Amino acid sequence: MVVPAGYYLLLAAALFSIGVVGVLVRRNIIVMFMCIELMLNSVNLTLVTFSRINGNLEGQVLSFFVMVVAAAEVTVGLALIVNLFRLKASTDADEVDSLRS
Amino acid sequence: MVVVLAQAAVNEPSNAEFFVFIVIGAISLGSALCVVVLRNAVHGALMLVVNFFTIAVFYAVMEAQFLATVQVIVYAGAIMVLFLFVIMLVGVDSEQDLRANPAIPAQRPAAAVLGLVLFAALAISVAGPYLQRSSACPSTEAAAAATDAAALTSCVGLAAANEQGNTQGVGALLFGEYVWPFEVTSVLLVIAALGAMVLGRKDEPLIDRVDDPLVLRDPQEQTSEAEPVSGPAGGAADDHADTVGAYRADASEEV
Repeated sequence: MVVPAGYYLLLAAALFSIGVVGVLVRRNIIVMFMCIELMLNSVNLTLVTFSRINGNLEGQVLSFFVMVVAAAEVTVGLALIVNLFRLKASTDADEVDSLRS
Repeated sequence: MVVVLAQAAVNEPSNAEFFVFIVIGAISLGSALCVVVLRNAVHGALMLVVNFFTIAVFYAVMEAQFLATVQVIVYAGAIMVLFLFVIMLVGVDSEQDLRANPAIPAQRPAAAVLGLVLFAALAISVAGPYLQRSSACPSTEAAAAATDAAALTSCVGLAAANEQGNTQGVGALLFGEYVWPFEVTSVLLVIAALGAMVLGRKDEPLIDRVDDPLVLRDPQEQTSEAEPVSGPAGGAADDHADTVGAYRADASEEV
């Protein structure tokens, strides 16, 4: 029983779709943020799989850069969430409607 | 240990890789679903940690040992600690999240349908060509040479690229060909850290952080602030201790 590389790609696609549905369905900003992390991870999995398919390491280097950018994004994003919580006393995304006329 | 186990799985015939894929893949999918479904944000974060670990196992199985280690350290370690820290900081008030009615009618069925469509599109376009047996890594010469299509979608494998070691290979690329993006990401990290510091700073007047408010106050400001307080209180504004107490009461009202 062998594992074709496509199985990993299928798994990554499933994880990405779950992340998208999570962002669309959930209203807690922190959970939405975690779903974004899920999507970034599934894309990393795809990159590593294609790195293996093509037999060079550049996919892994790109995956490493994605991790670095994700770390920076989490830092700033969580600071924004904390600020939003100070302003609204809530982490519900629907509460943030100050720009609604 | 995970890396060693996964390496053992790779060195065996691919039967072991198949079982690793089935078991860890099931855990990965289940934990990802839990992140979306669980109402408590802390439980969701812990499920996300499980998911990060399963992805680290996949990296190790797919001959990316360096990334497996980085995944555990950076994601499961640093990023998730940051997440849990913020969840604890803002308080867990998300119990009602999934029970409440969505703002848009039929939001959840629409999102589920959209997710399924996205999965189908990704499965057909990205994963579709690599689902034959000839795409298993590393493809044997005979399987790859069978047809033209099989040759196009065969898997080369990283045995040759990892000959010097995976970390050495990635490091050579990172500090050779990709050294400029690497430096740019270091600048990005510094900017992100500064941004988080600026955003996270509590915007309170400096005077609240000093034990004795009189240290930073000049006499002119003192009288101007003491006047409105002294009216209702009816006390003497020129009394020094009274002014300090009035200011403190004033400051606590603001918070």
